[in-house]
Amino acid sequence: MTVIESRKDTQALNLTIVAEFDASVERVWQIWEDPRQLERWWGPPTYPATFETHEFKPGGKASYYMTTPEGDKPRGWWRFTAIEAPHRLEFDDGFADDNGDPVAEMGSAHAVVTLEDVGGRTRMTTVSNFESLEQLQKMLEMGMEEGMKEAMGQIDGILASQP
Amino acid sequence: MVVHELKEIELDRLFQALADATRRDIVARVLTSESSVSGLAARYDMSFAAVQKHVAVLERALLVTKEKRGREQIVRAHPEGLGRVQRLLDEYEKIWLQRLGRIAEILEQ
Repeated sequence: MTVIESRKDTQALNLTIVAEFDASVERVWQIWEDPRQLERWWGPPTYPATFETHEFKPGGKASYYMTTPEGDKPRGWWRFTAIEAPHRLEFDDGFADDNGDPVAEMGSAHAVVTLEDVGGRTRMTTVSNFESLEQLQKMLEMGMEEGMKEAMGQIDGILASQP
Repeated sequence: MVVHELKEIELDRLFQALADATRRDIVARVLTSESSVSGLAARYDMSFAAVQKHVAVLERALLVTKEKRGREQIVRAHPEGLGRVQRLLDEYEKIWLQRLGRIAEILEQ
């Protein structure tokens, strides 16, 4: 796997990551299409994701939760807005309450994933767009590992040091 | 994440400040060059007082600084405040880079 490019836009609040994998486009598509494979990489080992619903079709919904080391289960939902196998998928991504219902006031982020064949390898581009910084922060809290918590602690430090 | 109450208030200010399109636009403009409040007001279809309010919100969120120069109030980007946005995106980037690593492992099996 090679990370080709990572681009952050602090004004538009989006992140673009381009990576290449030694696998066919069809094979890489499966890691999105198959919820059991998706679970193996979406969350880190210490924050595993469990997808309870995964309607992989345009307009379909997915619902999942992460399990934190403390045993909490923050929930999220996706809505697939575009699925063009095996080259493109788009989905809205938001937070859910304990019943799995979307938390409307938190809004949703939008992800666009494209897969292209480059000489037998697959180039995957993911673009994540956030509506607000609050959302981005929450998203981080849901999928954070220990090292990241420390990094977030550093943010607190910066905030504390400012007048 | 456990944060102290005071810090949470500061985070809230930051989030609220960036939740508005005009305020994001003001930040984008003063990032490239400083501007007076009246200069900013001329660019938006709103009153001077309304723009001044937006600037005040950004100021409280530590995203911009305002300084009197003669009769003008000059607005400038506050790099440390903006650094927080960058840092949050950096953290999200780390999450994705780790995901990509796990995807590569799955594909190798």
